[in-house]
Amino acid sequence: MITTDILIIGAGPTGLFTIFEAGLLKLKCHLIDALPQPGGQCSEIYPKKPIYDIPAYPEILAGDLTHKLMEQTKQFEPGFTLGERAETIDKQDDGTFIVTTNKGTKHHAKIVAIAGGLGSFEPRKPKIENLEKFEDNGVEYIIKEPELYRDKKVVISGGGDSALDWAIFLSDVASEVTLIHRRNEFRGALDSVEKAQELKNLGKINIITPAEVKGIIGDDKVTGVAVEKKGEDAVIIDTDHFIPLFGLSPKLGPIANWGLEIEKNAIKVNNALDYQTNIPGIYAIGDVNTYPGKLKLILCGFHEATLMCQSAYKRIFPDKKYVMKYTTVGGVEGFDGTKKEAPKAVVKAIE
Amino acid sequence: MSVDINIKITDRNGETHEIVAPTDMAMNLMEVVRSYELAEEGTIGICGGMAMCASCQCYVISDHQLPEMTDDEDAMLAEAFDVEDNSRLGCQIQMTPELEGLEVELAPES
Repeated sequence: MITTDILIIGAGPTGLFTIFEAGLLKLKCHLIDALPQPGGQCSEIYPKKPIYDIPAYPEILAGDLTHKLMEQTKQFEPGFTLGERAETIDKQDDGTFIVTTNKGTKHHAKIVAIAGGLGSFEPRKPKIENLEKFEDNGVEYIIKEPELYRDKKVVISGGGDSALDWAIFLSDVASEVTLIHRRNEFRGALDSVEKAQELKNLGKINIITPAEVKGIIGDDKVTGVAVEKKGEDAVIIDTDHFIPLFGLSPKLGPIANWGLEIEKNAIKVNNALDYQTNIPGIYAIGDVNTYPGKLKLILCGFHEATLMCQSAYKRIFPDKKYVMKYTTVGGVEGFDGTKKEAPKAVVKAIE
Repeated sequence: MSVDINIKITDRNGETHEIVAPTDMAMNLMEVVRSYELAEEGTIGICGGMAMCASCQCYVISDHQLPEMTDDEDAMLAEAFDVEDNSRLGCQIQMTPELEGLEVELAPES
């Protein structure tokens, strides 16, 4: 069981900044995210795109914003459960919470802060009849363990970076790699496209375009896929695995069943005070919440995280007196023993 | 001077809405759909309008001259589902006076 003061669901910019604000109040944070890396949309969808409305940054790339936030929060030694989705929440008799992920990892926390953005990123599944029947029996949407494909036949479909990069990678692992895309053109980094071309010329990747996988063949396990080339009859390609790679799309998911008040795919919160939900002790901050006048902006998420942490502190320590301290005055004392502080002025007589 | 245009948008439930869109607010079709709440919040414009998801895909029904597709939009549509010959990404269609009378249908959520 992982224990922490504040359990943050979602490691996007709002969730990450919460670590810092909580740390100033000596509260420890642990984060859960369905993606394998922190940063949320900023890392997953648009790491190379600039953002222009982060205060004091005339321009910053989304990926760089994530790195800066990670650097800023490092002192507070946050814990991460990555690649897992928060599935259930159980309120304990003492008012604390246990959150369990889809992989069974349990987290015990005094406060839960949902900073889930538009939801957890789930793979987009092509519309192929009987596709779901073969899930984990030869159909995989995410490649977790490349060794699974050692000396196997693999068909990948998709035309983006991940389809290209995995086709290239698996060409050294699998016995046979076929890449299928609706167009002749692939969209990816130039060197990936060139590498794929080179491997095709060497006969190490079989590329079929413009074509689509229309059906899956097999009894319990995938034994082949039906591939339809534009204007031609479908042909069967023997394969052990079919990996559709069509990107990810966010879904609110299990959080929608936690008994929280939901409006327009977002969680209703009290914006007059502290961004708490209808369940005391559970807060929702950033893009995942809604209230009159809500704007889904990173900078609004930062503000919401800050107020939320003050409220969380009062909830954990109802009788402790506290006033907010400026970091310039008090410095920043990390849980790792480091301290950042303003250099002291020198007091010295001038002769 | 503001110039508004009249456009028809058929939502994902098949209902057609006749709406008025401003052409002086740098808005695109995806944003117009969101401003009128014709698709559930969180199911359209997920990437914010960078042609990096296909949540605002629509079918253009009227024969308006639309801005040419960028490589980004073209590539995104190549990976999207339910794509037809008249598919476009709403976020790439800016509201201009030339689009008076535009008719579109939103593609299914995916």
